[in-house]
Amino acid sequence: MPQSRLTGSRIRERRLVLGLKQASLAKSVGISAAYLNLIEHNRRRVGDALLDVIAQELKTDPSVLAEGAEAALLGALSEADKRIPDAQAELEKSEDFAGRFPGWASLVMAQNQRIHELEQMVEALSDRLTHDPELAASLHEVISAVTAIRSTAAILSGGGEVDQEWQDRFLRNMRDEGMRLSTAAQGLVEFLDAGASEDVVPIGPSEELATFLDQNDHYFPVLENPTAWETGVRDQAIGQVIAGDDALTSREAQDMARQFLERYIADAQAMPEEEFNAARNVLNWDPTALAQKFGQALPAVMRRIAFLPTTSQTVSAGVVSCDGAGALELRRTLPGFPLPRFGAACPYWPLFQALSQPERPVRAVVRHPGGARRRFVCQAICVQKDAPSFDRPAAFEAYMLIRELNDTLDDEALVHATPTEVGSSCRVCPRTDCAARREATILSAGSPL
Amino acid sequence: MRIPGEDFMTKQVLVIEDEPNIAEAISFILSREGWKVSIHSSGTTAVQAVHDVSPDVLILDVMLPGKSGYDILQDLRSSDATRALPVLMLTARGQKTDRELAQRLGVNRFMTKPFSNTEMLSNLRELVGG
Repeated sequence: MPQSRLTGSRIRERRLVLGLKQASLAKSVGISAAYLNLIEHNRRRVGDALLDVIAQELKTDPSVLAEGAEAALLGALSEADKRIPDAQAELEKSEDFAGRFPGWASLVMAQNQRIHELEQMVEALSDRLTHDPELAASLHEVISAVTAIRSTAAILSGGGEVDQEWQDRFLRNMRDEGMRLSTAAQGLVEFLDAGASEDVVPIGPSEELATFLDQNDHYFPVLENPTAWETGVRDQAIGQVIAGDDALTSREAQDMARQFLERYIADAQAMPEEEFNAARNVLNWDPTALAQKFGQALPAVMRRIAFLPTTSQTVSAGVVSCDGAGALELRRTLPGFPLPRFGAACPYWPLFQALSQPERPVRAVVRHPGGARRRFVCQAICVQKDAPSFDRPAAFEAYMLIRELNDTLDDEALVHATPTEVGSSCRVCPRTDCAARREATILSAGSPL
Repeated sequence: MRIPGEDFMTKQVLVIEDEPNIAEAISFILSREGWKVSIHSSGTTAVQAVHDVSPDVLILDVMLPGKSGYDILQDLRSSDATRALPVLMLTARGQKTDRELAQRLGVNRFMTKPFSNTEMLSNLRELVGG
């Protein structure tokens, strides 16, 4: 068995831990105390047979005495040194340190690991703060309210002329903005408190896939090229896209990405980018007209509409899908229409209305609470995922295309339709009179909508 | 309702801002100082509003419905008629990258929300050479 030069030190350490005298151990294993002393001070190499006996007496495995946790410890010490090079640790003495003070060395290793975990957590939280649409929307609410209050307060307290009518008006504005600020700030604090207690590291394969897709904006130019569709090239092209992205760390996430990209290529083949872009503009972003033109199912057309970059200055689209249980799967966000990253979404989304009536397109104009109160056109369809069978229940999925209401693209009936009031998820929705609410909001009651 | 100062209007400012209470406060402050103020709340039609109003200076919010302030600025800078229009951009995001993006697109002044009324006025006066 290969031994490091500190095998003797580990024998001594283990013996002292067990409270055995040197002479006692020497006698038990059939050698003299003087010889054991030489071994323990690393002045004699211990033979494999003797090591086995000593290990048995010390109630441990011979390999622990021969190699110990040394390899792992040395690796961890080296890693710790790289993390904080300014500490100028004596790296050349690592083996000596690990052998003489395995407890302290283990502590360094554990702390190094803990630092690594905390750094990952900070990175994940930071990423969440940056990309969580709910959080971004809440922060925007806070800043908008503060801005209005600050400017208005400065007018009222600035000493300039403000007649009574304007004073009353500004006071009303400040009261409204104060309520809005209170609601948004309280919700933010509670949301962050709740978020901090969640175990965000590791984020899991689905989160890895979502991060991968967000980073690429759901668009993969290399897979739009027909040469990437050829048999034999396709797998290689997909593999390169996956290998070139650091968001996909787990095998499960890479498999999920592969499935996504295979479907992406199928969509690209059926609806080539240039042709589809032209048709998208000519057909006013109408998924049913595009489906008819390309002979494709609505979900594929919706993916294509939302994923392909647009040259239009005024129109863009998002898409979201869910399985038969309502769990969100695909999320291509659209500014102003927050999609919850965690938990369930608003049951009033047309996506879920479609889920209850398979194969029937559902369209509605919707509006979220707060902010600029933008109106969105949502077009949804529920389809069966698997082949029809008498032997098993059908698996359904629903897709919803999301686009901001547009005077040019949408007909008059839609433009003047009364919007359905929806939210993102119950946690951050301030509507108190909602029949579909499944859990309490973290926003305070009575918030202005 | 009479706005103080509206009798001595001089320069025209267009405010593109979708938050009504912020727009109202800005409108009051500027009107009181003698500016002629127009308010527009949609990002989608903002460029057209600039051409319609032909302001001396533009106050432009970044997060607007339909089209971002950055896209609007880019459009304005690509048109001969509005290439030189002084633009004061307001944003809730004051990060270095946002500021740099605005500068690359040709903004003249960049202020983060919440802003000081005095500072805003001072910036506007500088932009029109007053």
